[in-house]
Amino acid sequence: MSVQRRTTTGALAALTALALTMAGCGSDEPSGADAKNITLTIAANSIVGGKNAAGAQWIQDWVIPKFIEAQKAKGVTAKVTFVPSGVDDEQYKTKLALDLRSKAGPDVIAIDGIWVGEFAQAGYIKPLADVAGSGVDSWEGWSQIPQSVQGLGTFEGKKYGVPQGTDGRVLYFNKKLFAQAGLPADWQPKSWQDILDAGAKLKTIPGVTPIQINAGTAMGEATSMQGALPLLVGAGGEIWKDGKWSGATQPVKDTLEFYSKVYGGGLGDPKLQQEAKGRDKSFEMFAAGKIGILGEGDYFWRSVVEPTKGIAKMADRDATVGYAMIPAKQPGAGIRGQDFVSMSGGGVRVVNPNSKYPAQAWELLSFMSSAEAVKSELAGAARITARMDVNKDVLSADPMLSFVSQKVLPVTAYRPPLAVYPQVSVALQEATAAVVSGKSPADAAAEYQKKVEGIVGGAGNVQS
Amino acid sequence: MVQATSSPDTTSDVGTEAVPGARHDGASPDAAGLGRARAAAFVVPSMVLIVLFLVLPAAWTIYLGVTNYRLTGLAAAHPEIVGLDNYTTALGDDRFLTSLGLTLQFVLGSAVIGQAFLGFAIAWTLRDRRGPMRRVVEAFVLLAWILPGSVVAFLWIALLDRDAGTLNAVLHTPGAAWLLDHPMLSIIVFNTWRGTAFSMMLYSAALGNVPPSHLETAKLAGANTWQQLRDVVFPRIRGHILTNLLLISLWTFNDFSPYLITAGGPEQKSEILAVYVYKVALSGGQLGFGSAISFLMLLINLVLALVYLRMLGRRKEEA
Amino acid sequence: MNTTVSHLLGRIGRYVFLSAVLGFFAIPLLWLATAPFDSTPKITTSMPDFALDNFRALLDNPYAVESLLNSVWLAGGTAILVVVFAALAAYALSRVRIPGRDALLYGLLLLSSIVTGTATMVPLFELAFRLNLIDSRLGVILIMSGGLLPAAIFILKDFMDSTPTSYEESARVFGASPLQIVRHIVVPVVRPGLATVAVWAVANVWGNFLVPYLLLRSPDKAPAAVIMYTLYTEGGQADLRLLSTFSLLYSLPVVLMFIFVSTRYGFRFHGGIKR
Repeated sequence: MSVQRRTTTGALAALTALALTMAGCGSDEPSGADAKNITLTIAANSIVGGKNAAGAQWIQDWVIPKFIEAQKAKGVTAKVTFVPSGVDDEQYKTKLALDLRSKAGPDVIAIDGIWVGEFAQAGYIKPLADVAGSGVDSWEGWSQIPQSVQGLGTFEGKKYGVPQGTDGRVLYFNKKLFAQAGLPADWQPKSWQDILDAGAKLKTIPGVTPIQINAGTAMGEATSMQGALPLLVGAGGEIWKDGKWSGATQPVKDTLEFYSKVYGGGLGDPKLQQEAKGRDKSFEMFAAGKIGILGEGDYFWRSVVEPTKGIAKMADRDATVGYAMIPAKQPGAGIRGQDFVSMSGGGVRVVNPNSKYPAQAWELLSFMSSAEAVKSELAGAARITARMDVNKDVLSADPMLSFVSQKVLPVTAYRPPLAVYPQVSVALQEATAAVVSGKSPADAAAEYQKKVEGIVGGAGNVQS
Repeated sequence: MVQATSSPDTTSDVGTEAVPGARHDGASPDAAGLGRARAAAFVVPSMVLIVLFLVLPAAWTIYLGVTNYRLTGLAAAHPEIVGLDNYTTALGDDRFLTSLGLTLQFVLGSAVIGQAFLGFAIAWTLRDRRGPMRRVVEAFVLLAWILPGSVVAFLWIALLDRDAGTLNAVLHTPGAAWLLDHPMLSIIVFNTWRGTAFSMMLYSAALGNVPPSHLETAKLAGANTWQQLRDVVFPRIRGHILTNLLLISLWTFNDFSPYLITAGGPEQKSEILAVYVYKVALSGGQLGFGSAISFLMLLINLVLALVYLRMLGRRKEEA
Repeated sequence: MNTTVSHLLGRIGRYVFLSAVLGFFAIPLLWLATAPFDSTPKITTSMPDFALDNFRALLDNPYAVESLLNSVWLAGGTAILVVVFAALAAYALSRVRIPGRDALLYGLLLLSSIVTGTATMVPLFELAFRLNLIDSRLGVILIMSGGLLPAAIFILKDFMDSTPTSYEESARVFGASPLQIVRHIVVPVVRPGLATVAVWAVANVWGNFLVPYLLLRSPDKAPAAVIMYTLYTEGGQADLRLLSTFSLLYSLPVVLMFIFVSTRYGFRFHGGIKR
């Protein structure tokens, strides 16, 4: 009996002890800007040996030692740790949101630019200057980051984060297939019709899918970023403008009409859009010379068909893969009257407003965004960073990325950083899915309008 | 309803019968002299954990279900009570109702028909078998049950792949897109594969309780297999069938692993409720709405449980 | 003679059925047996070229091996907690009448389904945060146990129901305490049931991604289920070489455990669960 009682009370005591050890944990060290002992944590959705391994490696092997060294020179003992993740962006975002809503979490956090608005609205992050003080505005880096790219970390006119880099979307094409179909190696379509015409010619080659424009929900946000949204801006529409979401507007209908011409007209493979691993497969197919035209971001060039480390390597990438700007529906029909369009996104880094050492966290953040650090992060590889001074040095080696930086970024557009955007995006993806599987664009547009009204709280917030 | 089954079990177990009255006289069958107080002490550790980490979060979730709470955005900072709005929205939403229909298909197809039937068939076929055949079959069935979900999902993607999946190679049906053209069938077969082990184990234990002499007698009287099952076996294992159906239906209803294979697609054609909640709550961040749907799922589970109890419980009383 | 023919037909039918069952359960597992040994694995099953490069590549991953150990901690801790607590509770519920017992069990079983869903993550996280269980293995163990206990009690109670009470009475006569009775008399009888519940608990924790991912912070505490998800590239593409190899390593411990348990204790529902 005594044995049994001890067990139960033991278990109870353990649980009570657990409950009691909550809170506490605060230390008595000075936490001001001149603290001599500081601890900081960095979080990013990357991990050594897994997703975005290079980024994680850089933080562990370069940023942290260098920063500690610099602090030591000032007589400050810094302890900096990296919290890696390397999972789906949605799961990473969930974890951060849970941390931040509990007023906890890492000090310097890498997030997708698209989350800035919703995190700010939720009170999870605050304008940098409010968190870290006057040091923010006087940072040298701002002058090196183009206004449009700064927009990634800006919400309602305030700077919440420092952009890490950006990207742009283009149309890739297989020059060998183009030669076979009698198309030029320096192809640059001027209108959507030009794309369809090229597709029709490619269709004569057996075993080749002429056009791959991402569609459907299985590809998720890739459908929006690489397909629906570039088309939408090409038709002169914006998903969110002047406080209203785009319903079944003419540009949305035009976009769906284009999908219907591609997938209803036998120029694309509708099944591929539904497959859970459809995007992977589209990469493999392009690398194997089975896709003529593919809409993708510069990521495709850097990491997919990259000849040595890509996930669908093309040894002859530089000779075989061509790229062209995405045309508007007709010349001048794009947003802002543009002839060519694109979509961009990118990551930013923010300072946790609950950081115990906000000034030092900012110091770390700005150090990570310094020209020296950014160059070190690239480690010889080319990539479009947020900083013009770095871009100037590194992009010249890669014609494709210079092309994106010089030609595409000036005409690009960004997504609205609002909490309901992901749902509107899904509704748009569903509309493309419906068209690809045979629904009429008009019906799909009407259905989409209905869904958007439900998502954003009534027809009053939707433009049609 | 639930109380109806709390009547003392009429086990045919030899051990129980060896202590006549111990379980049937209505008094406490307290053979070990536990007493209520000590019995309570035995239950307390479990209950503390359950109350803290199950009941509390569940109650909290039910509360979230009447708010418009979101993980991010304005509604995260200032959630509002919206009453039953989430429920009326869900019940008036085609997507929810379709999803519910698919879930019932999934439960009926993979749990009730797939797992329970196949599990029983295997248990019945192997009942008087010993030796390597039995061990090999059981080992593979059990392997499917205990491997991690993410690994298993990958295996099935590899199996059903359109271009050169193993299944297409075996059946000589190149290019058949199983996951796209028959998404529900795919996940039903998948879940049958995944979960049959539980039913198999349960039924082989149950069949062990059927006295072989009764089966022999029936056989000698000229009963065919079906008659043997109907007259001798089922009456004895009705309780097991109930437990089995109850548990596997509950688990299947809330099973999220099809998401890893079809992600609910194509076009929500395999979006069962557990997948729908994941999309709403995690991808969409709508925790209030997601919580409301979770609670609706709980209620539907309750109804299912009551239906089973009524179907199998009442006949037991008659018997 | 007629009976011999039908007997033979029955035998043939039985073998055909069992072969079909074996095929159905074995074929999906092929990929796991081939892909890890293929230097360029595809999503489809094919004869591997028996290269071990993938394993070498995986060993370079700083978290892979350690994560398996972490999984052992989490799964083992949960299994022990669940088996011990559930056995005690199931025994008490089986032997002593507590009013509303069955309704309570059913209710908890239903609740456990809601808590395993994704919608509960905010309450669970908040709870863990307030109890200072963030980045604590104990937190994961406690939360997983809370979710698994109802079903475990449910299963074990019926085991206990079908075990004889006569030995307990004799032991009591000789002055054994209830806890001693449980340890020395009840546990040996229901051992296969305990083993089965333990394996079931381990398998559940072993495969769970969301709870450890949301609650743990330090990478050196991350279990294999979390590391499995990190073997993707920037664009979300699976790195099949690492993924297939890790899948195999990740599966092996549960398989070994299963083999161990089934040879040592028997892996079955002994008396059967019964209402």
